[in-house]
Amino acid sequence: MNCPGATRTVLLTVLILFSAAAAASWNNPYPDADAEKNILYSAFRERPKTFDPARAYSSNEYQFIAQIYEPPFQYHYLKRPYTLVPLTASAVPAPIYLDKQGRRLPHNAPVARIAYSVYEIHIRPGIYFQPHPAFARDADGKLQYHALGSSDLTNINAIGDFPQTGTRELTAADYVYQIKRLAHPKLHSPIQSLMNDYIVGLREYADTLKKAYDTIAGGREEGVYLDLAQYPLAGVEEVDRYTYRVKIKGKYPQFLYWMAMPFFAPMAPEADHFFSQPGMAEKNLTLDWYPVGSGAYMLTINNPNRQMVLERNPNYHEELYPAEGEPGDAPAGLLADAGKPLPFIDKVVFSLEKESIPYWNKFLQGYYDRSAVLAESFDQAIRFTGEGDTEVSDAMKQKGIQLLTSVQTSTYYLGFNMLDPLVGGYTERARKLRQAISIAIDFEEQISIFDNGRGIAAQGPLAPGIFGFRDGRAGVNPYVYDWVDGKPQRKPVEYARRLLAEAGYPGGVDPATGRPLMINFETPATGPERKAQLDWMRKQLQKLDIQLVIRATDYNRFQEKMRKGDAQLYDWGWNADYPDPENFLFLLYGPNKKVGHDGENASNYDNPEFNRLFERMKNMDNTPERQAIIDQMVDIARRDAPWVWGVHPKQFILQHDWLFNTKPGQMANNTLKYARLDPKKRAVQRAAWNRPVVWPLAVALAVFVAGAAPAVVNYRRRETGRR
Amino acid sequence: MIAYIIRRLLYAIPILIGVNLLTFALFFFVNSPDDMARVHLGGKRVTPEAIEKWKQDRGYDKPLLYNPAGAGAGKLTDTIFYRHSLRLFVLEFGRSDNGRNIGYDIRQRMWPSLAIALPIFIVGILAHITFAMLLAFFRGSYLDTAGVVLCVVMMSVSTLFYVIGGQYLVSMLLRLVPVSGYDVGVDAVKFLALPVLVGVVSGIGASTRLYRTLFLEEIGKDYVRTARAKGLSELRVLFRHVLKNAMIPILTGVVVVIPLLFTGSLIMESFFGIPGLGSYTIDAINSQDFAIVRAMVFLGSVLYILGLILTDITYTLVDPRVRLS
Repeated sequence: MNCPGATRTVLLTVLILFSAAAAASWNNPYPDADAEKNILYSAFRERPKTFDPARAYSSNEYQFIAQIYEPPFQYHYLKRPYTLVPLTASAVPAPIYLDKQGRRLPHNAPVARIAYSVYEIHIRPGIYFQPHPAFARDADGKLQYHALGSSDLTNINAIGDFPQTGTRELTAADYVYQIKRLAHPKLHSPIQSLMNDYIVGLREYADTLKKAYDTIAGGREEGVYLDLAQYPLAGVEEVDRYTYRVKIKGKYPQFLYWMAMPFFAPMAPEADHFFSQPGMAEKNLTLDWYPVGSGAYMLTINNPNRQMVLERNPNYHEELYPAEGEPGDAPAGLLADAGKPLPFIDKVVFSLEKESIPYWNKFLQGYYDRSAVLAESFDQAIRFTGEGDTEVSDAMKQKGIQLLTSVQTSTYYLGFNMLDPLVGGYTERARKLRQAISIAIDFEEQISIFDNGRGIAAQGPLAPGIFGFRDGRAGVNPYVYDWVDGKPQRKPVEYARRLLAEAGYPGGVDPATGRPLMINFETPATGPERKAQLDWMRKQLQKLDIQLVIRATDYNRFQEKMRKGDAQLYDWGWNADYPDPENFLFLLYGPNKKVGHDGENASNYDNPEFNRLFERMKNMDNTPERQAIIDQMVDIARRDAPWVWGVHPKQFILQHDWLFNTKPGQMANNTLKYARLDPKKRAVQRAAWNRPVVWPLAVALAVFVAGAAPAVVNYRRRETGRR
Repeated sequence: MIAYIIRRLLYAIPILIGVNLLTFALFFFVNSPDDMARVHLGGKRVTPEAIEKWKQDRGYDKPLLYNPAGAGAGKLTDTIFYRHSLRLFVLEFGRSDNGRNIGYDIRQRMWPSLAIALPIFIVGILAHITFAMLLAFFRGSYLDTAGVVLCVVMMSVSTLFYVIGGQYLVSMLLRLVPVSGYDVGVDAVKFLALPVLVGVVSGIGASTRLYRTLFLEEIGKDYVRTARAKGLSELRVLFRHVLKNAMIPILTGVVVVIPLLFTGSLIMESFFGIPGLGSYTIDAINSQDFAIVRAMVFLGSVLYILGLILTDITYTLVDPRVRLS
């Protein structure tokens, strides 16, 4: 076969392929022009439900809006325990206490005398909103896009399609407006019910707004604007341009933590009005999807189906990287940027990555700057040292990947339903039964087998990092553990068997029936991947000859069972809203029971002494007296054992060595502004790791040709033979 | 033919009502409006009042199918089913339970679905038919046996394996294309190359075996022998005569899926980060968004019915013996 033209073409193609291979990374999912730009690359797994700060309450929503909206306060990035510091406010205010007559009380007034607490917040002047069409004004100074007709929106599909933008200074009125929005009848703010109990007049305000909305709407479903400035709220007052007051019922120190969440971030009425215009919602142009804030970043591309892009807000006010932190922060390089203006990174690109395997692969290729440690790739990424500590594997070390860990302010536990006649109740029999089960379920083993060591066994309801948590010997649960050789050791199963016998179930046999004790375990964990863990659970109770009946169901049915109190043993978890023991201990507070009260106390635990102490403790400042009360409460709960204290999970973060200033933490969400990266180093590494390998293509082509040749010869022979 | 098409379209109406009813019944058999409210309001601090307000706001506070408290026609119209399902027949999909315009989202997301499904469809058919033809040509030879064995092996492997294996081999080891992602315009090519390759390769086993069988059936017929006797080359016989006559059964399976190309592929879209309608549907199921689930099932049904009508019409084009009446 003589075919010089074709041969030349093939050779040329191969040459081009090899040259191109040397020049660029073909698998780069981003534009080549961005290779050395100061851009952080991250991912999101599912489309956020909303970016409206009055509604958003999930971590995947806070991942974005915490960078955009600025509540008056924030958590100090480096200090632990978590500390509130001003963000747009000039200071974190001390509350002013008033009695029923409105007279001022001293700071140390008894809780019973305090009828109201007033927080007066001063906003720093000179803070401006991000550039946005809602603020754009025409030559006459009128808001340019606030009387849009349907034809004006013909070519508008995204917020960037509006040619003009504007800004204005942030004022106290914007904060007042947002607090009023918590009661808006169409927003369904998740904290409205809670805030009704605290913010003076909020409950009545919600009724007023509902009536006003219905009147204005007149049956319309869209294009309805309710101007909240026209409706005063008794408990929230704009004092002057930069000052506002919030009056709450009683004493509630945790209110400051709530004010550090996006629920209390400012909302410009212009933005609300802008998005309420007819035709906007039809194009998904709403506050749900287009946040308008004053934070370090602004959302410039919002395609929740593919990519979200945050870019540096050109109007961002002055904020400096913190100059102090924990003792280990300076050696870890976390204070190297102290005093430098924030943010460091120009742009953050979030790509939708629904599956963990592509995410992990792209992280290894350098196309994501950070990654969690996934279960599938744990062995590839992490190894245990001789001392039982964790570190990155050699393969990760070679790539310069670093591991950062921290214990989360969360708890995953097994709960007993205290209303159940077998496992519930406050008799010595029931207590001993629960204590025996608590000893038998070996959470250290579970952490080792199923969590790859990513967690610590809980000794009580409080997570580390929360005031009231005790470490070391003082923090050990004496009903489940002994202190041996300087560390807690789970009591032996024989001890648990003895407790079981004392509870009236010797050998795990129910004397009433003469059969082994049977306990139903309700869990939303379904699917084959959870089977091993459920089998393990069954084995834990078999140590006491108790039969565990697994009743796995979907989360809806599970919640329904919890609400009805139709459970014996169940598993659940809690992530802290704020770093205060009240946010954990209220999970065991009697009036907060699930059954009959629809609260968060799923075990329906109701110990009068615990309740009394909780009521005392919840409004106290963090003093030794509060610590003493918490110690008492924790001891009561440990003795009653309404939960099998489970696990406080550990967060494992992997990051490349071109990323700096990462400090894991669970409370602060507005952390992107502290991150710094070295894009040049990243570009070099990426190019080195991602050179295309094209020779296998040539081999495949050769194999194909070699394989096809006999067929072609055969065909020609047959055709020739026929002729 | 027009009368036939109109008749088929009219038949579609009761089918679509039935599909709607079935979707509705299945969805609300598994989820109650309270469950939906809880999912949308979040896992924390959800009060009964908030649930009631959410339901009222979205019309889920009504009875499901029959309202005994309603007056006259209100017994049927003042229900969740009537309020949420009737507008679908004029392709008004309404708003999702979290407030987004479903019609707008569908219009945005059908193009990425199409961008991946259409090349897989076209390249797939060409590749599968060519491969099947090749096996049919070498029927009975070692090549045919090896090809059939390969097909059986390939059809026994899960699509997920092709996806993960393809990503590992092509993107991780050879580093030829991105692992996942999507872009528009020319830049889309580098993101679509791998999913299209995986889509085509994963379909080779089943399709080739089917087409090979169809071709072998035709090859044994008299007209083929006549064509050979006339001295036509084997390639001409196969592609000119055998292929044409084997097209009817092939079309049955192929044309019906054309309209469904819009609705996307769940696994491919999830693993390759393609923002199409397949992942839209599965997200809606996971978040218990009945409005989207209902809209997507309805759309799928409409497209399927269109596909069936299209198949019937295509029959008349490829086989003059078939007449629509």
